[in-house]
Amino acid sequence: MAKQTIGVIAEMRRLNPNAWSMILDVGDFVRGTFQAPGQFVHVRCGKSRLLRRPISVCSCDPSPAGDQLRLVFEVRGEGTAWLARRRLGDHIDVLGMLGNGFSMTEEGRYLLVGGGIGVPPMLGCLQYAPKRCDAVLGFRDAFHALLIDEFHARCTNLSITTEDGSMGEEGFVTGPVERLLKENRYAAVLCCGPKPMLKAVAALAERYDTPCQVSLEERMACGVGACLGCALPMADGSVKHVCKDGPVFLAGEVDWNG
Amino acid sequence: MVDLGVKLAGVALKNPVTVASGTFGFGREYGEFFDLSQLGGISVKGLTLQPRNGNPSPRIAETPFGMLNSVGLQNPGVDAFIARELPWLKGQGTVIIANISGNTPEEYGEMCEKLSAAGVDMIEVNISCPNVKAGGLAYGTKPELAAEVTREAKDHSTVPVMVKLSPNVTDITEIAKAVEGAGADAISLINTIRGMVIDVNSRRPVLKMNTGGLSGPAVLPIAVRMVWEVHSAVKVPILGMGGIASGRDAAQMLLAGATAVAVGAATFADPMAPVRVLEELSALCEGQGLSSVTELTGAIQPW
Repeated sequence: MAKQTIGVIAEMRRLNPNAWSMILDVGDFVRGTFQAPGQFVHVRCGKSRLLRRPISVCSCDPSPAGDQLRLVFEVRGEGTAWLARRRLGDHIDVLGMLGNGFSMTEEGRYLLVGGGIGVPPMLGCLQYAPKRCDAVLGFRDAFHALLIDEFHARCTNLSITTEDGSMGEEGFVTGPVERLLKENRYAAVLCCGPKPMLKAVAALAERYDTPCQVSLEERMACGVGACLGCALPMADGSVKHVCKDGPVFLAGEVDWNG
Repeated sequence: MVDLGVKLAGVALKNPVTVASGTFGFGREYGEFFDLSQLGGISVKGLTLQPRNGNPSPRIAETPFGMLNSVGLQNPGVDAFIARELPWLKGQGTVIIANISGNTPEEYGEMCEKLSAAGVDMIEVNISCPNVKAGGLAYGTKPELAAEVTREAKDHSTVPVMVKLSPNVTDITEIAKAVEGAGADAISLINTIRGMVIDVNSRRPVLKMNTGGLSGPAVLPIAVRMVWEVHSAVKVPILGMGGIASGRDAAQMLLAGATAVAVGAATFADPMAPVRVLEELSALCEGQGLSSVTELTGAIQPW
């Protein structure tokens, strides 16, 4: 059940020119509301901004000793710029954890695919299934890469791609994803990133007969399913909502041309 | 102790704070955050005769101290509401207001019949949704059409009918007088104000429908002014809404002439907003030494 809480910033770190990592002490919030990696929290960004910002949970520690929430976010507008200006000890109003995350079982290997600011929730998946994940991370260029060291430390089979070749392999994630799908059997491909990337990865997963779960985003207001703002057209002609039905969907459910 | 009870078109509300249609779903989501029986009433997500998928995304854009929406009346249809949502809602210990939109006056009548029979406490006739192409807004901008829809709704209802007015008109009192003349038991206002946000990089409107309805704290002074104008022009009670985020905001609305208020977009920022507004309003009344919240209604002292 979702809760509203005030977190205290325990760590604030800049990961690249656009992205920040924020660790919040949140009392028993994680223990009380965590369901699966890939859920999000809805973050208040100052009193003058009416709408909260949905931010995927990067990783969280539900142990009584820990109960910390790590958010990695990109500065995209005024709200996230406000968030990036917060300092150690500042209070942050969070609503969560919201939505349905990735469905992962106790066994089986997973292929994690993250693009840009879609990478952070994949770290949560990795934390959830250590030693059972291969990962492909894609970035615009080396400047915009993030969390590489943390993936390296936990994942033996890690591929990096950049669009300009300034780090890892030149091109998109689809190159390594296809190679890995050809060589391995995965319980599922788990994917978060820009919609064109999700669509391409979903098509590859289907070709190699592997289940695929994708995390989508849409502009939202309430975050809890009340306002019906974040509508997503589904393949069967129905409409679902990213905040309540997602943000993670089975790739086959989604109307990729909608 | 301040008496918080009010009467809106003969319906007793335990307090004057309700939640606005379209901002509260059918109550289930925010029911996880607080006990819905604390509310004076719930106006449910706008219903139509047939189910509607609504408009394409993006449907939401932030604005200074507010937001635009172009949801477009997505709802499961009036029959599904009655079968799946109303039984649960009726058990929540608060007044249930069914908000309806039709493409024709006959559709409004048909919905009123079904909802009256199903046992809602009140019907809110939406003649003012800015996000649908047919019906809705046109009815809200022409006095004779607004009156026709009101008459049709009244003829087919056994519960009080409240008509929700659009602010997207030159003179809102004309419409208010027209619906009062046609038998409306109460008037609610304001619906959202048409607006637009453009992404300067893509040069495209943020909303896929290009324009949408503005709500949030930014619209409060417009809503207060319009409630005051309507209160001065008609005798029926008013449910005031538009930008209320605090007890003081609610008190302004009551002073301008509203009998009760609705909290809307503020709930998106703070799920506890309706409860907080009520607590603040109650404290404000106490601080002013009032014995009943009704003493605020229309008590504005204009210059």
